[in-house]
Amino acid sequence: MNAESLYQKLLENLRSRLQYGPFELAGLAMGGAWIAQRLAQDLGLPHYGVINVAFHRDDYAEKGMTALRTSSTMPTKLPFDVNGANIILIDDVLFTGRTVRAALNELFDFGRPAQVELMVLADRGKRELPVSANFVGEAIKVPDQKILVLEKDGAGRFSFQLEERE
Amino acid sequence: MNSVNQFNSAGELTHLLTLEGLPKEQILHILDTAKQFVSITDPSREVKKVPLLRGKSVFNLFFENSTRTRTTFEIAAKRLSADVINLDISTSSTAKGESLLDTIDNLVAMQADIFVVRHSVSKAPIEIANHVPAHVHVVNAGDGSNQHPTQGLLDMYTMRHFKQNFKGLRVAIVGDIVHSRVAKSNIHALTTLGCEDIRVIGPESLLPSDLDMLGVKVFHSMEEGLKDVDIVMTLRIQKERMEAGQVPEGDAFFKQFGLNPARLSLAKADAIVMHPGPMNRGVEIDSAIADGPQSVILNQVTFGIAVRMAVMSIIAGN
Repeated sequence: MNAESLYQKLLENLRSRLQYGPFELAGLAMGGAWIAQRLAQDLGLPHYGVINVAFHRDDYAEKGMTALRTSSTMPTKLPFDVNGANIILIDDVLFTGRTVRAALNELFDFGRPAQVELMVLADRGKRELPVSANFVGEAIKVPDQKILVLEKDGAGRFSFQLEERE
Repeated sequence: MNSVNQFNSAGELTHLLTLEGLPKEQILHILDTAKQFVSITDPSREVKKVPLLRGKSVFNLFFENSTRTRTTFEIAAKRLSADVINLDISTSSTAKGESLLDTIDNLVAMQADIFVVRHSVSKAPIEIANHVPAHVHVVNAGDGSNQHPTQGLLDMYTMRHFKQNFKGLRVAIVGDIVHSRVAKSNIHALTTLGCEDIRVIGPESLLPSDLDMLGVKVFHSMEEGLKDVDIVMTLRIQKERMEAGQVPEGDAFFKQFGLNPARLSLAKADAIVMHPGPMNRGVEIDSAIADGPQSVILNQVTFGIAVRMAVMSIIAGN
C-alpha cells in the first residue's frame, strides 16, 4: 500500500470537490494534520486547521493522560470561524470510529459547522461506532493486533508502517 | 508512617505532595499537559471546558485561608467538568490527628475523588494521602512551611514560557525563605530541571541553615545577589509565622531588601519579576516594579489554572 499514491488520489478528490463550493480543512493530530497541511499547500488554500482529540478521548478512565504525551506538541488550532463552515475532517487511518467521535466533540466546542465531511487515507474497517468516510484513499485489511502508522520523511513524503499494538 | 509516596504500584503519579524527588520527566509531562490546557481559553473556543473529570468530585479542603489558590483550583476543576465542593475549615494545629482523618473518612464516604488540601501543619496532606483508599487522590495546596508543589510547578511553567530553557538560567529568590514553602518547591524543581545558578537573598534570620545542602548560593545583599539574573522571585514576608523582632519591620526591610527600580536594573535587561502573592507593596516589592513591564505576576496566576488542571487530570487518570 503506497501512501504517496493514496495521497495523490485524495488530492484529486479535493480538486473535484472544490467545484461544489468552498470548504475548510481540519486535520487530526498528528498524521491527519500533516496530510491537511500538504493538501492546503497543494491546493493553494490560505490555511488549514488542526484538531487534537485528547480532551475528548473515551479511554481516559482506562489510560489516563498518557495519550496526551504524543500529541501535546500539536494543540487544536482552527484559524477560521467554525460557525456555518463546511469542514472536511482529515485523518490518516479510519478504524473504530472513536477518534472521529472525539474530533466531532472537539470541533463543536468551537462552534456549529454547516456541514462536516470525513476524508481518510486508509480505512481498515471494524467500526465500533456508526461512522463512515466521504473520501477514502483505500480500504485495507490489517490484523487486529497491529496498528497502521503514517510516517513522514525529511522530504515530506508519506509512508505507512505496520507496528505491534502495545 | 508519614513517608511520602506519591506514586502507585505501577509507578504512576497518583498524588501530588512534594516536588522533592519528583523526576524531571514527570515535571515536564505536567508542564506539557498544562500547555494544552492553556489553549482552552483561546477566544475562538466557545466551550471553555473539557469533559475529562466529568462525574468526579473535587473537595477543596482549606484548613488555612487562601483565596487565590482555592479559587484557581476551583476554576481548574470546573474547567475539567468536575463537581467542586469547597470546605473552609479554619482550625488550629491541635485539631489535627484523629479528627482530621475522621473528616477525611466522612468525605470519602461521600464519594470524594480528589482532595485539594491546604493546611498550616507541615505534612498534613501526606498523612491524608497515606490514609485514603487507592482510588482517591490528594493534591497538596500548601502545607505549613514545607511544600507548595502546584505553586512551584506554575512558577516553572512561567519561567519556561518566558525563558524556554532552564539550563544557563540565573534565578534569584528574595526575602522570607525560611517560612516559604514556595521557595522550597521552586528550589527542588529548578534543581531537577537543570538550573545551575539558584540564589537566595535575604537577612540571616530569614534564611534556613540547610541552604548549602540544596546547592543554592546565599547572598545578604540585593546589590550583589541580583547581578545579571534572568529571574527575580520576590516572596511575601510571612508575619504570621514569625516571632517579634525576627525581621526588620516594613520600611526597614524595604530599604534593605525591597525590590525597587535601581536594584532591578542590576539584573539582565530582559529579566522577569515573579511573586507568588499576596504582595505587600512597599515591603518586599515597589509598586513601580509590581505593575511594571518586567512583572509577570498576573501571568503566573493565569498559568496556575492550567497547571492545576494538568495536575488533577494526570493524577485522577492514574
